[in-house]
Amino acid sequence: MTRAEEVADHHRRQDIRSRWLLTMPAIIVIFLAAIGPLLVVLLYSFMEKGDYGDVKYWQFSSEGWYSVFRTEDIFEEGVSTWADAHILIFWRSIKLALMTTAATLFLGFPTAYFISTRPERWREIWLFLITIPFWTNILIRTFAIQETIRNEGIINTTLIKLGLISAPIQIMYTDYAILFGMVYVYLPLMVLPVYASLEKLDFRLVEAGYDLYATRLRVLWRIILPMVKPGLIAGSILVFIPALGAYVTPRVLGGGKNMMLGNLIELQFGQGRNWPLGSALSITLLIIVTLALLFYVRNAARGGGHGH
Amino acid sequence: MSLRASAIDARGVSKVFRGAGQDEVRALDHVSVDIKENEFFTLLGPSGCGKTTLLRLIAGFDFPTEGEILLYGDDIALLPPYKRPVNTVFQNYALFPHMTVAQNIAFGLEMLGKPRAEIDARVAEMLNLVRMNELRDRRTSQISGGQQQRVALARALAPKPKVLLLDEPLSALDYKLRKDMQIELKRLQHETGITFIFVTHDQEEALTMSDRIAVMSKGKILQVGSPREIYDRPADRFVASFIGETNLLEGTLGKVSDGLADVTIKAGPKVRASVPADMTRSRTVTVVVRPEHARISAATKSAHLSGTLDNIVYFGTDTHLHVTLNDGTPFMVRQQNVSGEEIDLKPGHTVGITLQDNAARVLRD
Repeated sequence: MTRAEEVADHHRRQDIRSRWLLTMPAIIVIFLAAIGPLLVVLLYSFMEKGDYGDVKYWQFSSEGWYSVFRTEDIFEEGVSTWADAHILIFWRSIKLALMTTAATLFLGFPTAYFISTRPERWREIWLFLITIPFWTNILIRTFAIQETIRNEGIINTTLIKLGLISAPIQIMYTDYAILFGMVYVYLPLMVLPVYASLEKLDFRLVEAGYDLYATRLRVLWRIILPMVKPGLIAGSILVFIPALGAYVTPRVLGGGKNMMLGNLIELQFGQGRNWPLGSALSITLLIIVTLALLFYVRNAARGGGHGH
Repeated sequence: MSLRASAIDARGVSKVFRGAGQDEVRALDHVSVDIKENEFFTLLGPSGCGKTTLLRLIAGFDFPTEGEILLYGDDIALLPPYKRPVNTVFQNYALFPHMTVAQNIAFGLEMLGKPRAEIDARVAEMLNLVRMNELRDRRTSQISGGQQQRVALARALAPKPKVLLLDEPLSALDYKLRKDMQIELKRLQHETGITFIFVTHDQEEALTMSDRIAVMSKGKILQVGSPREIYDRPADRFVASFIGETNLLEGTLGKVSDGLADVTIKAGPKVRASVPADMTRSRTVTVVVRPEHARISAATKSAHLSGTLDNIVYFGTDTHLHVTLNDGTPFMVRQQNVSGEEIDLKPGHTVGITLQDNAARVLRD
């Protein structure tokens, strides 16, 4: 190596070393805030449950994981069946999360499209309006929904006053109430990434579509949607993950009647006093989310392999 | 012109864009132009002259405020773009990045609902036409600018439009590629027999490629004619100075006979110049002289004009000599470089300029 190259190489190496150092705060935060607690939860799921909650430290047992899937028969010792209740709750939560994702997609895309086609200064105002609900605590927002949809709420009283119905429609404590609340809470999480994608969309491509004999619907289907796919994927992930573990909304609007995964986990750490089971359920939730993500991203990446 | 049918006939077309509040921008001001079938027609003008607006009105991306646009006799001014048998090659190609080259070309045919076999055959034919066979399954982000240009052309030509619109399609290419594509475009127009409407701000491009050119400025068409007509007989000062390099001389018009007159140039003696038909005598006029229609020499006696040589710029094929005439008017002479012959003039020399016959022309302004 010549002298000049040596010096240049030395500087490049030094540069890379110092950049590693710069990432240290992030690495520390990730370890302390994400990976560390996760390891604790994983460890707890393999320990013996304590008598009053907590776990018996360093007494390992597969009991927690076993009871995720199987339940012992209360009357006959040694006989076990599939834990139908758990599986039902898993299924119900997945279904709710999927429906929430679908509904927010359906409502969020037109909203984002509307905003992205406004003049620039209006876009900011619309986006601002979209983010306003984030300023309020989710519990308060959920109670606000309860106020509007309960039997004596605005919707029912208005409909009765208009004479459209004679008795209030029961909305509260139904699956529709939960879905309604979930969509309301998670809609901004869909609108924002879809908007970000739409904003980058080159509208000349839309014109090119029209020019090549595509009608509005076909332009939407063949050009706009494939182009904003990254945004749709990001939005779906942002909605699906928290929706799967949603806890407050199903509890308040569903009245605790139809338990969701979040509620089930909460129960194990509370009244259930079964921390290993709670931990095992949490890890199961994590696995479901990861699998769903892998599946979704894999599928979405196929066909539309371009990136922004 | 011949008896060819009109492909596009724009009649009194205006386009007014309303901005915020009371602002109004009149992008097109009562423009009428008749573009014949099979013609390579160019809209030429500086940016903001309305040429792209006119193209967008023909394509259907915007609708005129007034006037009508006829396509083979049918008014299409208010039809949406997907109902017009007109296709566009966009300035930056606007290829669909989520599709392959072949899928891009097939798109228009698919939207027209053509059978698969026909689409495949036509796509193959188009790939052949633009010589892109090998790259048919590439994504459009994986091919070069010149190749993207060809795909954009093939995509727009595939549905056999009655008129092809080209919105500054060569402006993103480098010089060499642009030259090649100019020839390529002429070939494609010749082979397909489709009417091309080409928008550009590059006068050289317009001159080399077009059958006819419309020179536009500030929302109006100033002159329509063949490249030769536009170059040799510019209608006014704007056209003269926009197309090619030009010397403008102030003078007084003498007696006109047979379209010729003596013009007394401020900077020198009388010059014989051709005059537009409806112009009569005795007024201050501008005379245009192309730089290649003048000769320069050290002899001032027999010359038409005289002045001081400021600068000599060598351009390879020719040399530009910048002169300041005696009254202060700048004048440029372009001289071809002939082998073995060198210009022996130096900056600072007093020089004479001789105009060729028919070189001077009085402008209508």
